[in-house]
Amino acid sequence: MPQIFIDGKKIETKAGKTIIEAAYENGMQVPHFCWHPELSVAGNCRMCLVEVGSPKRSADGSVELDENNNPVISYIPKLQIACGTPVSDGMYVNVNNAKVIEAQEAVMEFLLINHPLDCPICDEAGECKLQDYAFNHSNGESRFVETKNHKDKRQKWGPNVMYDAERCISCSRCIRYAQEVAKQDVLSFVQRGDHVTIKVADGEEFDNPYSMNVIEICPVGALTSPDFRFKSRVWDMSFNDSISFADSTGSNTKLGVRNNEILRVQPRTNMYVNKYWLSDDARLNHYDFVNQNRITEPMIRIDGKLEKVEWQDAIQETAIQINKFKPSEIFFLSSAKATNEDNYAFQKFARQVVKSNNIDFFSHIDKSFEDNFLGVADRSPNSNGATEILGGSQSSNYKVNELAGAISSGKIKCLIVMEEDFKHHEHIIEHLDKLELLVVMYYNHNAVTNKAHIVLAASTYAEIEGTYTNKDKRVQHFTPAIVTKENMRFMGLKMSRLDKFGSFNDRWTQHEARNCKQSWKIIQAVANAMNASWSYKRSEDIFEEISSKLMGFKNMNYDKLDLHQGLILYRADRPDPILNNYDSHVMKPE
Amino acid sequence: MNNTKNTEAERLSFWEKIYIPEIAKGLGLTLKEMFKPKFTRQYPEERWEPEGSYRGRPVLVHEDSGERCVACGLCSRVCPALAIEVQAGETDKDKERFPAKFEINMLRCIYCGFCEEVCPEEAIVMSKDYELVFQSQQEAIMDKERLLVPVAQLQDRLEFLRQYR
Ligand code: SF4
Ligand code: SF4
Ligand code: SF4
Ligand code: FES
Repeated sequence: MPQIFIDGKKIETKAGKTIIEAAYENGMQVPHFCWHPELSVAGNCRMCLVEVGSPKRSADGSVELDENNNPVISYIPKLQIACGTPVSDGMYVNVNNAKVIEAQEAVMEFLLINHPLDCPICDEAGECKLQDYAFNHSNGESRFVETKNHKDKRQKWGPNVMYDAERCISCSRCIRYAQEVAKQDVLSFVQRGDHVTIKVADGEEFDNPYSMNVIEICPVGALTSPDFRFKSRVWDMSFNDSISFADSTGSNTKLGVRNNEILRVQPRTNMYVNKYWLSDDARLNHYDFVNQNRITEPMIRIDGKLEKVEWQDAIQETAIQINKFKPSEIFFLSSAKATNEDNYAFQKFARQVVKSNNIDFFSHIDKSFEDNFLGVADRSPNSNGATEILGGSQSSNYKVNELAGAISSGKIKCLIVMEEDFKHHEHIIEHLDKLELLVVMYYNHNAVTNKAHIVLAASTYAEIEGTYTNKDKRVQHFTPAIVTKENMRFMGLKMSRLDKFGSFNDRWTQHEARNCKQSWKIIQAVANAMNASWSYKRSEDIFEEISSKLMGFKNMNYDKLDLHQGLILYRADRPDPILNNYDSHVMKPE
Repeated sequence: MNNTKNTEAERLSFWEKIYIPEIAKGLGLTLKEMFKPKFTRQYPEERWEPEGSYRGRPVLVHEDSGERCVACGLCSRVCPALAIEVQAGETDKDKERFPAKFEINMLRCIYCGFCEEVCPEEAIVMSKDYELVFQSQQEAIMDKERLLVPVAQLQDRLEFLRQYR
């Protein structure tokens, strides 16, 4: 294993790594624009110049020593790029001396010659590498007094990507991403010198299902997303860690929230799941249902109309109505969209409180999403978790595909639905009319809640704490990003600056704190109204019970899940190694 | 230890003690001032016109082509009292952005002038307007319509700002 010295610090690394990789893996920083760990090395931005040398040897091959007995280092006269220079044993690297700093300042001055003074109107401002480096690695002055050249500021590369040619620093990350990761090789530099710009091949569009990742990897604000353009400055938002709701990939995300509305979904690095990437579908299509058309209060059908009621009345009524049926007449429709915790509480309620074993869930399969990158056919985030928790062994008396029949034949008279919208199973909805009691816990008004006798307002994934189990059986923990009446205190400082400090007479915080509850809390209340005595306080309490009762979850807890970025079912004692994740946008404290 | 005169009787002289000359002195001053020119202003009939350096209510500069503001949100960020809310929108004009919504909560504003200082477009300035009376909290929140002031009326302030740039 080669040993190298970066700024005098000894680092063990693997042969074949570049200096920048060795530095990052050991938590050290080298300023750079064009290098990205998942892309090929282009070496075109020259921001990563470092001084490289090796110990001087005498004629007999021994290392020359100076008067203090330190080896004499002979440096290569010109600086080398850290992203393109492989390490070799005994290499000495300076990333921070006067010569390097001078080079960085020169590179920055060149990059800024034609860069527009756009920061105030640039979506990237606040998380821009060029801005950060202009602050940290530039002398803050320009000798360029001529007029800057102008380029087209509003080009549409595809449905989800906008390009501002003036802001581009020609690092070619986007081009390499399109070629190497998205495999849609339609981007290319055209022209030369300061006229260089990027064009989409004639007659083509950059429209593949992963196109929006270029927006994050672009070190500057040249690439923006039409859905987020100008919606908010980044410093006005809160960013909380979440797991994608789109499918069973379990992509790690962060949710950008302001005024209690999700404004954007971005990937979060998890090398074991989605690496640095996220599909456009997961970014664009899974927050509208959180922001809009929400069931904000529990409701009971009175004289054919759903009326808003207090939680305690809704809970009482649910308990009374359920008690009117024999356990065998009730079916519990659990959900692959609900967390492990909610599924656990639901099955415990069915099996121990109501004493019925009619419990199953729908899967949501759409083959059109399948590909050999992140796309999978399974469109629910927690199918494996639901399967594991409902327990294949204690199989239900009725399977979910027998549900329509059982309802029509009158064997099932009462249906309790948790977080299920019947998507991909719409043909069952018409049969629901035959039910004597339909209780639905859901987020949005839809065809099923329209038929329900009792609607219990459930919180979405963005409002709760819990765990999902992805397609590789990796259990991942996530926390809320949006405030509801129930989680208000928990959210506290996790809210955005504006939301945190707003008061009742500020119009900018007139968001709605919805009166919805996490499913297990609703279930616990109903269970207790039916003489059970559950006393879970937090999702973590349920997870502890799960991990003590179910073999798959043995040895897991929230802290460990966070530390290892998820643990695999049945394998919690053999976690994947903790990695030093590279983040393209955040300046880690040096 | 020094013996200092500490009681009132010890400190005052005879003439001060009898009080009458002091009253006469006071009346003399009053008489003198009575015949000097008056400084009192008959507000509100007579209004005060502040100098360009005065920091009254912050307003948005309105030019013939529209507002200068590009909705960058820097004023909102720097405002220590969180008085400003900006929501950007997209326009077809060259500068791409405009404030779809711009509100200043005058109950929060502390007239520090930071917004003016930070603005990259010289789009928000402190006006001479100091008569701020509201009948409700909602009325104190000024929207774009009430904030936009024609640039001609703000010349003094803009002049002052250039001078100290
Ligand atoms: S890309 Fe960065 S430096 Fe350039 S205008 Fe945008 S925020 Fe400023
Ligand atoms: S658009 Fe962004 S990622 Fe692409 S070359 Fe320009 S700066 Fe680099
Ligand atoms: S700082 Fe100036 S340009 Fe930016 S939002 Fe405020 S008024 Fe508009
Ligand atoms: S990061 Fe090495 S040259 Fe760009």
